[in-house]
Amino acid sequence: MKFPTRKPTALAALLLTATFAFAGCGSDDGGDGGSGSDGGSSSGGGDLSITMLPKNLGNAYFDTSTDGAEKAADELGADFEEVGPETGSPDAQVSYINTVAQQGKDALIISANDPDALCDAIDEARSADVKVVTFDADTNPDCRDLFINQATAEGIASKQLELIADEIGGSGEIAILSASANATNQNAWIDMMEKELADNPDYADIKLVDTVYGDDEDQKSFDQTEALLQNHPDLKGIISPTTVGIAAAARYLSDSEYKGKVALTGLGTPNQMREFVKDGTVGSFALWNPGDLGYLATYAAAALVDGTISGEEGDSFEAGELGEFEVGADGTVLLGEPFTFNADNIDDFDF
Amino acid sequence: MSTTTQAPARTYSAYSAPLWQRLLLTRETAVIALTAAVILYSIANVPNFDGPLTIKFLLQDIAPILLIALPMTLVIITGEIDLSVASIMGLSSVLLGVLHEGGMSVPAAALLALLAGLACGALNGFLIAYVGLPSLAVTIGTLALFRGIAVGLLGTKAITDFTEKWADLATGTIGETKIPLVMIPFAVLAIGFVVLLHFSTFGRGVYDIGLNDEAAHFTGVDVARTKMVLFLLSGVVSALAGIYFTLRFGSARGDNATGYELQVIAAVLLGGVSIFGGRGRLHGVLAGVVLIGVISSALRLESVTVNVTNIIVGLLLVASVILPNVLAAASSRLPRKAAPAAPRESHTHENAASAGVTTRGSDS
Repeated sequence: MKFPTRKPTALAALLLTATFAFAGCGSDDGGDGGSGSDGGSSSGGGDLSITMLPKNLGNAYFDTSTDGAEKAADELGADFEEVGPETGSPDAQVSYINTVAQQGKDALIISANDPDALCDAIDEARSADVKVVTFDADTNPDCRDLFINQATAEGIASKQLELIADEIGGSGEIAILSASANATNQNAWIDMMEKELADNPDYADIKLVDTVYGDDEDQKSFDQTEALLQNHPDLKGIISPTTVGIAAAARYLSDSEYKGKVALTGLGTPNQMREFVKDGTVGSFALWNPGDLGYLATYAAAALVDGTISGEEGDSFEAGELGEFEVGADGTVLLGEPFTFNADNIDDFDF
Repeated sequence: MSTTTQAPARTYSAYSAPLWQRLLLTRETAVIALTAAVILYSIANVPNFDGPLTIKFLLQDIAPILLIALPMTLVIITGEIDLSVASIMGLSSVLLGVLHEGGMSVPAAALLALLAGLACGALNGFLIAYVGLPSLAVTIGTLALFRGIAVGLLGTKAITDFTEKWADLATGTIGETKIPLVMIPFAVLAIGFVVLLHFSTFGRGVYDIGLNDEAAHFTGVDVARTKMVLFLLSGVVSALAGIYFTLRFGSARGDNATGYELQVIAAVLLGGVSIFGGRGRLHGVLAGVVLIGVISSALRLESVTVNVTNIIVGLLLVASVILPNVLAAASSRLPRKAAPAAPRESHTHENAASAGVTTRGSDS
């Protein structure tokens, strides 16, 4: 039994080494390309090198933010690259943060997959003189330099009320189709919306009759929309502060008798909502512009690296075409109000 | 005729290759040489690979895979497989978090998490060894089951407030060196597993089962008990890896370590263990883990995307599984074997004359 495999094994040993030679060649080519640009930045000394680490690659939302960041990096003359894991898990991001520390980059722009799990790795990177800017999803405030906040919870809540009030003419019954019953973000927004409905005289005639949960599952959100419309025949509008929910609700409405009669708004992405905006099911919906978010994060990182700001509250810096920004409490920079997408501008976006 | 006259002369040392060949011309040596070559190449060509942080990060990254690869090697040598290891990691991670949040100290919670891992292994082992179900089916089932329990216990939230000193233990290094502390328990376990597999009767039984479990049974190997022990070990070491993982990232989550089973199995196969059982050695496996770790670390430093890394590791793995088979097929067609009709006789490393005798014998 043993004997016939011995010679082949020896040959296998040789050929496996040959395989390595090919693999080696592969990484050699990559190496030349990579070290060319890396070498450029390190020999330049003063050149700015920035690494962007989104939650995961192949995600249209982050592709848009990376495009924005790349544009800013071009304007700044910075050496820019995007790296990232396939799946959005914190342990996969740690390896990339470690790599940035090893490479001694000037700045890291990251959307954190976990607020705490990344802190040790980020600390290590910062002790290697890497400035760390979070965007989209923050870590604990004490482990990064700056957080670029896409929108405040208040801003998101009041924007959605503003949109629905517009659509239904300021009076009538509305309902909320949320994600899961214990989704932190959505619950915070719903609380604020309830409070504002009660306090703001503009919304005195609007009545929130129901909140249902689609668990961020397409089919369940679809069914919940159907149930909402049956249980509340006088319903005039639905707010869905989750991208899965609003898309499912729009799909239901667009094929139903309620199309054009029941208004729908909330947080959505242009690619999901495009057909429903065009066929008139949805008038407008809100989100932030991830391109601007990446753009601002890059300018903030550059300002940190060149010492314009230190991340203290009250520091201010220029962010190219977006104008001037000020650092708020907890090292947070706010992008601004949520962005409203409607039939006029939706074709400018692809994410 | 000739068979009976030659039979007494066919001792192992007479017909086997010289000792140095048996030690060096092996699959394991090839993997180790390849690993050394990749390391040297990376040091020479990859910017920052020779930096001070590399070895620490590299070892921290591969530590859970190194740990689980130990029992996985034995499991695969018996011809079985354990796909539930990453889910056991996730479950032990969640248990550690939930129990610690409930007021238990980290060591006590970790002990219970280890026991949970043992229980998971016992379930796998019972179904496979005593009920006799195929391990592929059982552990695909428990992969989903344990992961389901883990996510069910904690939902989508994460527990992150671990006592600083325990978290430091997972991320710390030995003294002033760059070797992470986790390498100490790993070294102890590695020595234990090497002794168990290569220097004990239990280990001989493991190989026997992989080659032919019925024959192993008739030569006195307790097949069921051996498999049970291996799945218990797999469960408890996976739980240990889960605890390390949790403390290193300071985060207990239900989806921790998702997909690690494939990395472990890939490394084990790359290290020369036959997926059909019966073949493989631990030093090859450990080299396989390091090889994959070094390749991904070097490629990350080159800012090569993770997809390319996966392609290279995947190709390497496929090549390492296919090559021995292709070569075996190719070499069996080589014309130099003068007596294909009498393969048993061709085993003898006698002089040409005896080969001639054999040929004549088979011709007549």
